[in-house]
Amino acid sequence: MQLTVWTYEGPPHVGAMRIATAMTDVHYVLHAPQGDTYADLLFTMIERRNKRPPVTYTTFQARDLGGDTAQLFQDAVRESFERFQPKAMLVGASCTAELIQDDPGGLAAALELPIPVVTLELPSYQKKENWGAAETFYQLVRAICGPLAPKPGSRREDRLPNRPARCNLLGPTALGFRHRDDVREISGLLEKLGVIVNVVAPLNASVDDLRRIPDADFNIVLYPEIANPTASWLLRTFGQPMVKTVPIGVGATCEFIREVAALAGVDPTAALNESTSRAPWYAKSVDSTYLTAKRVFVFGDGTHALAAARIASQELGFQIVGLGTYSREMARDIRDAAKGYGVEALISDDYLEVEAKIAELQPELVLGTQMERHIAKRLGLPCAVISAPVHVQDYPARYSPQMGFEGANVIFDTWVHPLMMGLEEHLLGMFRDDFEFHAEASPSHLGGPAMDRRQDASAEPVAAVAVTAESAVAVLEAPADVVVEAPWNGVPVWSPEGEKELGKIPFFVRGKARRNTETYAREHGVHVITVEALYDAKAHYSR
Amino acid sequence: MSSALAAVPVVVKPKNAGGCSDAPVLKERGQREVFCGLTGIIWLHRKIQDAFFLVVGSRTCAHLIQSAAGVMIFAEPRFGTAIIDERDLAGMSDANDELDRVVAQLLARRPDIKLLFLVGSCPSEVIKLDLSRAAQRLAGVHSPNVRVLNYSGSGIETTFTQGEDACLAALVPTLPASSDKSLMVVGTMADVVEDQFRRLFTAIGITDVQFLPPRRAHLLPKVGPNTKYLLAQPFLADTARALESRGATRLEAPFPLGVEGTTAWFEAAAREWNVPADQFEAAIQPARTRATQALARLKPQLDGKRIFFFPDSQLEIPLARFLHRELGMELLEVGTPFLHRQHLASELAWLPEGTQLSEGQHVENQLDRCRAAAPDLVVCGLGLANPLEAEGMTTKWAIELVFTPIQGFDQAADLAGLFARPLHRRNLLAA
Repeated sequence: MQLTVWTYEGPPHVGAMRIATAMTDVHYVLHAPQGDTYADLLFTMIERRNKRPPVTYTTFQARDLGGDTAQLFQDAVRESFERFQPKAMLVGASCTAELIQDDPGGLAAALELPIPVVTLELPSYQKKENWGAAETFYQLVRAICGPLAPKPGSRREDRLPNRPARCNLLGPTALGFRHRDDVREISGLLEKLGVIVNVVAPLNASVDDLRRIPDADFNIVLYPEIANPTASWLLRTFGQPMVKTVPIGVGATCEFIREVAALAGVDPTAALNESTSRAPWYAKSVDSTYLTAKRVFVFGDGTHALAAARIASQELGFQIVGLGTYSREMARDIRDAAKGYGVEALISDDYLEVEAKIAELQPELVLGTQMERHIAKRLGLPCAVISAPVHVQDYPARYSPQMGFEGANVIFDTWVHPLMMGLEEHLLGMFRDDFEFHAEASPSHLGGPAMDRRQDASAEPVAAVAVTAESAVAVLEAPADVVVEAPWNGVPVWSPEGEKELGKIPFFVRGKARRNTETYAREHGVHVITVEALYDAKAHYSR
Repeated sequence: MSSALAAVPVVVKPKNAGGCSDAPVLKERGQREVFCGLTGIIWLHRKIQDAFFLVVGSRTCAHLIQSAAGVMIFAEPRFGTAIIDERDLAGMSDANDELDRVVAQLLARRPDIKLLFLVGSCPSEVIKLDLSRAAQRLAGVHSPNVRVLNYSGSGIETTFTQGEDACLAALVPTLPASSDKSLMVVGTMADVVEDQFRRLFTAIGITDVQFLPPRRAHLLPKVGPNTKYLLAQPFLADTARALESRGATRLEAPFPLGVEGTTAWFEAAAREWNVPADQFEAAIQPARTRATQALARLKPQLDGKRIFFFPDSQLEIPLARFLHRELGMELLEVGTPFLHRQHLASELAWLPEGTQLSEGQHVENQLDRCRAAAPDLVVCGLGLANPLEAEGMTTKWAIELVFTPIQGFDQAADLAGLFARPLHRRNLLAA
């Protein structure tokens, strides 16, 4: 049993739903209790789909358990076949139905429907959403293309020299993080290369489209978490090579172009030179100097976390202080990458553990999921979202890919924006007491008179200053007595001046400064943190 | 079609009291597009501020609560899930030890928690994990700092708001006994509404008013043979039964939705307390007048509009009554997950004769009926709303009705506004 507050991934049957919903003529019958229909709203509310997912739930209740839940399941299969006329069906059980062991596969097979019916065995108490999506896609492609497999040992025919190369784009699903736009971006890139996209699957694919997958010369795996098992099987069965580079970031996109060009036998030069990405130049321009060695924490699904770390370190000049993933399937890749950055990988799906790590590291930028965005908000850190789990905000109205050259532009803007906002916030704070910029002043460019608060409140400050000075003296004197009378409890106290000076530090690094100063004070036996102590600590920690 | 999922109309005939009291109800079985009782945790944990709700269930349960209300706020909430895994399924004693460990871990993290609910789920029910024994065992370990109770929010036993019913019913045996005459208001409402109600009761002349659930775990209302209770929500069948077993008596009333419903609801208490009519009138008159005027402004937008309810929260019948009688809406079908005839007797009598009532659900058949009826406004769950909008219908998501303060005089216009807004918006976008 594991105590879970928030989860990064849903159960595996939600992964199966992402495949069924992505496709145009597949229907999924899920043996599940009442309540599991909540999953529909992931698609209709978060992704704002205009159709219900093609899923029928048996929604059995307690009173059915004594009776015939198997009959309920069979009726649901028959009825949804008649109503929706799908070209293929998926059948399976959610977590509860798995326990009652009704054998959805056997029950559906007994109906002898005139379409392929694929049984999904998705162990709910062991696996999660992405695994479920990968397994479903694999089982479905195998069921549809398996009968078309050439005899073992037969050699794949060479492509005629004049026929343009054809490839499949594998992996984009419903409820994916920017999958919709990535497909468009990469299709455009392939067109420039003169490579024909044979089938995109599962997103917007039909069962007939799946049947054409073997016609392609090679496969492009856009999302390894979802398409790797399928592409590996296609490689083994149909001899289709696979492109493994995930084109997120300028460097990876160029690598991807070269890899595709090599497989397709085309010249990559034009596509590489035609790069529309402004990101590399923006990163070089002098106004980006302040980005240098920003300490970033990266967390997400395996693919996006790896790509983000690479972009952060190689294309933006950030320093990686933490790298992790909730995708256990990709733990090894993340560990290898983390080693390269000189950090320890965090492989965890425990939100509380991730939060503790971020609090401990006090990065200057968090690149994570919606969960990390909330963690960062609470810790007062800038954050940009790089990966699923998705939120309604991850389906922008505009074209906003992560992949390809335009994806690199989007990523540059998305990551730099929170840092700029942080800077602005700091400037606003700095000018808080300026007579022109205080909260009640009307904007000077609108011609309103700037009201000087200091004049208005002229009577009070004198007294206020006196009080402050008095209490400051009291505070400053007190610790000396404490030392004499009782042993120091090891907790340093901030002097009012020290606290005030701390307030001048930009808020997004203030937490780190406070923590470092307190650590320094504890370690050096400084009981009262004065302005001097603050700067001593700063000097101590400056690298 | 011989399928067990097919609609079976059943005529139920109660005593004849006019309106829809003896109207036939279309009872259906099939796919139910409704939440399970776990969803109630989303508002219950906000209400009882030092309680924690620990679902003992699967990853699906955790994912459901996280997704259901779009409450992905990711603060550390006062709910969580002990996710059952393969090892727990191997043997029962193991699962109990694991639960004890998780609870200890949780309470160590959250010393502010005074009341812990172990919430059963579909998987915990199916593997017959006895949470009432677990609650007793854990109460022994963690009392007096933490009380431990249990209830089931499983989808095989509860539909959406029935989770609150199960939770409150679990609280009832722990209420302190008292034979003083008092009024108990039962069912979660927003704090602001409770405060208004308390002021109104005081003005009417009833001062000993208590609320269930309480805002803090130690503020439990007292119960006994002289307790009269008013249901603030229509989905509390088990809680009502539990209260009656402690001697309390229900005051028959419609629900406090709209001017009429709220007036009659307060009136039921005033009658029991023998409050003179003029005193009652004087007490409620300012709020009632305000509400009536505010509703009059909204009525032109809703008058004559045709509405179709998919089953969701069990609030459908009182809502339909309000929308029909006070705003002139025409009721095409009023679906409810479960119809409690006794608690809804006053409401049913107020529904216009001939209203199509339906109970349970076969979502595909109901969608067919909805499309055929071509309503002006559809009240439905989050899974259906956008697809129906895309088909050209105007929808109101039902879940907002359980999260928004809608009860009482001063919320009557807000409630009407929830139905007027989608229609108004459609007009704006069409222009």
